[in-house]
Amino acid sequence: MRSSRLLSPEKTIEGKLLQKFRGAERLTDRLAAVLIKGCAFVAIVALVLIFVFIGKEALPIFTSPEVRTEADLGKLLLPQPERGFVWQPVSERPAYSILPLLAGTLKATIIAVVFAVPLAVAAALFTSEFATPWAREVIKPAIEILAGIPSVVVGFFCLMVLAGWLQSAFGWTYRLNATTAGIGLSLAVIPIVYTVSEDAFSSVPQRFRDGSVAMGASRWQTAWRVVLPGASPGVLAACVLGFGRAIGETMIVLMASGNAAVLSWSASDSIRTFSATIAAELGEVVMGSPHYHVLFFIGAFLFVLTFFINLTGQWWVGRLQKKLRGGS
Amino acid sequence: MRRVSLALLVGALVCLCFAGCGGTETGGSGERKVITVKGSDTMVILGQRWAEEYMNKNPGISIQVTGGGSGTGIAALINGATDICESSRPMKEKEKQDIRARHGKEVKEIPVALDGLAIYVHHSNPIQSITRAQLKSIYRGRLSNWRELGWENAQIVTYSRENNSGTYVFFKEHILDNEDFAENVQTLPGTAAIVNAVANDRRSIGYGGIAYSTGIRAVPVVGKEGGEAVSPSLETVQSGKYPLSRNLYFYTAGEPLGHIKEFINWVLSDEGQKTCDQVGYYPLKKQ
Repeated sequence: MRSSRLLSPEKTIEGKLLQKFRGAERLTDRLAAVLIKGCAFVAIVALVLIFVFIGKEALPIFTSPEVRTEADLGKLLLPQPERGFVWQPVSERPAYSILPLLAGTLKATIIAVVFAVPLAVAAALFTSEFATPWAREVIKPAIEILAGIPSVVVGFFCLMVLAGWLQSAFGWTYRLNATTAGIGLSLAVIPIVYTVSEDAFSSVPQRFRDGSVAMGASRWQTAWRVVLPGASPGVLAACVLGFGRAIGETMIVLMASGNAAVLSWSASDSIRTFSATIAAELGEVVMGSPHYHVLFFIGAFLFVLTFFINLTGQWWVGRLQKKLRGGS
Repeated sequence: MRRVSLALLVGALVCLCFAGCGGTETGGSGERKVITVKGSDTMVILGQRWAEEYMNKNPGISIQVTGGGSGTGIAALINGATDICESSRPMKEKEKQDIRARHGKEVKEIPVALDGLAIYVHHSNPIQSITRAQLKSIYRGRLSNWRELGWENAQIVTYSRENNSGTYVFFKEHILDNEDFAENVQTLPGTAAIVNAVANDRRSIGYGGIAYSTGIRAVPVVGKEGGEAVSPSLETVQSGKYPLSRNLYFYTAGEPLGHIKEFINWVLSDEGQKTCDQVGYYPLKKQ
């Protein structure tokens, strides 16, 4: 009896059960896979729909003769006779030069990144390499809470407090200017750069540090020459993310930059950025007017700009990763 | 099989998106008697106070007041997204035409209160008065130093409203004679932000409603060359002596009806007009 059951045992009852179970498992597996893929698709579909919508509204700049008499690509980008580069959309003679806006956007973004990246990367290096567990437990959440502050609150803080401090420190004519806005923006950028580069530092294998210390390097030398280069793709990715956040941020620049569309190199002049312009003007434009389409063109331009920055960033990160792997 | 289900999923999502877009227009005026009021940021406080008092008296009615700027309110009226549009500037002919074209109705313009546009300076600024011509030069960028107005040698920092604001349009028409603002004029979202900026910057100048004049000084304005400087006050605004006074309006598409009409009538009554005073605006002159 016993031996006969043992001869073809599991294949009879338990085997069948197992097969059934596997079948069910496969079904749920598949279902889950479809569901997850669906989720990923939602993001892509949303992206495509948004782009199609923005693109459609921006298109008349190129196609509609009515809109083109007031605003075509040449009027948007080239200097106009007598007036040069002027953004004056609500006027007897509207002028839609987007160059002052582009300059303003880049000024604020670059100042924000220059200010935020060294601070955030150094802070991340400190928490991952030097800080005692106690200090890490305090610093990390504190910086992450910074990301949770609504940007309108940061903007108001810049308008009320920061602008006054900076003006009395540097004696600027304009309280609200590119630097004030840039520093305000950096408050929004720091948490992103910090979080992502902190992750990059902690994913550098422990054996790298052990090896370095075993060779007689100090902790500082290890951090600076081993951990930082080892995490460089992650740090770069962090910078790209931070740049993208800064270029699209709206409320902070709307409140802290002064919103005067001045084309200049000075960091203490007022600026007007793309995002703030859209936020301030899209509410009142008459649908279908040249002004309306120009604002959507700006939106599309901003979209394409961030897209290419992200693309270049990714390519660069990939190259760095390859180089690191090739070296080891 | 997998492809098919994926395609279905994506298709369903796209349909959902479109359905969502189409579905937002419905709703609004139901049986609950909701009145939506939208427009001028200058008038938000006033509108909200009116709404509160009126709702206390008439529990069956709910009034929703939002700001955004006169231009935003007018656009909403054109698009049929609001019952009443609050505006701090008269509607342009083109906007009236838009409403005629969209709704087939004439626009009804109802002045509901008076406002004086104050010129703000820092409280330590000693200048006694400013003329219309000087204001124009300042905001056109031709006059840029306080020395020329008899104060210290310092650059004038100019603040203005965003171009979706009725206050902006009023200033542009009445002070700049419809010419453009200089490009270094800084624009801020909302009168409160301007008051704040001026209060924090002793070399600056700004403009906005009188109701907001806390923490700064409103300079008396000279209307015509050689005329006297007038400070904004009830008498000067009601008599039209103050050069920068204006009507604040309600607009409706077509004659207001039913509960909307009742609300507007109440606003124009003595009781409603009393509220203007409390918020810092001026009641209409009694006829």
